[in-house]
Amino acid sequence: MLHTVNKSPFERNTLASCLGHALPDSAILLIEDGVLAAVQGTAREAEMRKALETYSVSVLGPDLLARGLSPDQVIPGIDVVDYGGFVELTENHDKVQAWL
Amino acid sequence: MSEPWEDEGPGEIKKFLYVNRKSPYGTIYALESLEVVLIAAAFEQDVSMVFMDDGVYQIKKGQDTQQIGMKNFSPTYRALEGYDVEKLYVEAESLAERGLSEDDLLVPVEVMSRDAIARLMDEQDVILSF
Amino acid sequence: MKYAILVNEGPYQHQASDTAYQFCKAAIERGHEVFRAFFYHDGVHNGSRFPIPPQDDRNIGVQWSELAEAHNIDLVVCIAAAQRRGILDEGEAKRQGKDGDNIAPGFRISGLGQLIEAGIQCDRVLVFGD
Repeated sequence: MLHTVNKSPFERNTLASCLGHALPDSAILLIEDGVLAAVQGTAREAEMRKALETYSVSVLGPDLLARGLSPDQVIPGIDVVDYGGFVELTENHDKVQAWL
Repeated sequence: MSEPWEDEGPGEIKKFLYVNRKSPYGTIYALESLEVVLIAAAFEQDVSMVFMDDGVYQIKKGQDTQQIGMKNFSPTYRALEGYDVEKLYVEAESLAERGLSEDDLLVPVEVMSRDAIARLMDEQDVILSF
Repeated sequence: MKYAILVNEGPYQHQASDTAYQFCKAAIERGHEVFRAFFYHDGVHNGSRFPIPPQDDRNIGVQWSELAEAHNIDLVVCIAAAQRRGILDEGEAKRQGKDGDNIAPGFRISGLGQLIEAGIQCDRVLVFGD
């Protein structure tokens, strides 16, 4: 199952709620303001690194770039994908839960 | 060769889960989500609703909207049973975090742990979140 | 694969409609079918033909109309949500005694059943919202 998260972890509990409900074989994709959780050096980095031990985490590159963030700044282990990669994730997982 | 996603035959009943995570009245999501569920009931699919995070306030007893000038739609949750929508799940942790208990809710529900809700989500075919 | 898309936010206020559009384009490029995009909540505003965005910005509604025409996507605006927010086609405008309609090309107004039906028919349902 694929989970999408589109909220900044600094503003809402959306990512925390997602992490609390994702089963170990789940994939998580950070989109829109959700990409802010993928960056190194933030107060949420430890939380994301912990999540990476259990889940496969991706971040939508176009949303990073739009916010002045580069793929180089992303926490190692998080996969940077484009919209095609987003679609590919939905091909590989039988359903999608949008955490809004 | 058939693709893995093509092995579902026609006429099959799908499991639809409606995820409610937002408080009522501040935004319209709760009301319009309920409207979807009422329509969905007519399609003879397997319908479940989950209330978690601030969504638990959607079914809080004693809603009185008189002074905000908005329609109190909470009685409609009691009508769900008449539409054969009987799988209402509430997350125990979300209730506890908000100082609420099952007695505070206006409809009969099944209170489930976060882990059980996670497994419930995983069993679905379609998850609509509002 | 066959995709259904639910768009829950209006244009410009939130990225949801843009993300949904980019997703649909990418899905089509990868050989998939986008069967239906259903517009709900403030998402119904995507189906108005009246927005006049600045010339150096994208026109989301027009983008949807063009994508739908090129790839045969059924763009459905929820009637209940549309009536609340003043999105009307010619028939609805007449029925409701309004002096004009504003539905954009390629969009049609229909019931929530279209969302459920899309969920039943499609291999994947994606929700884009706030």
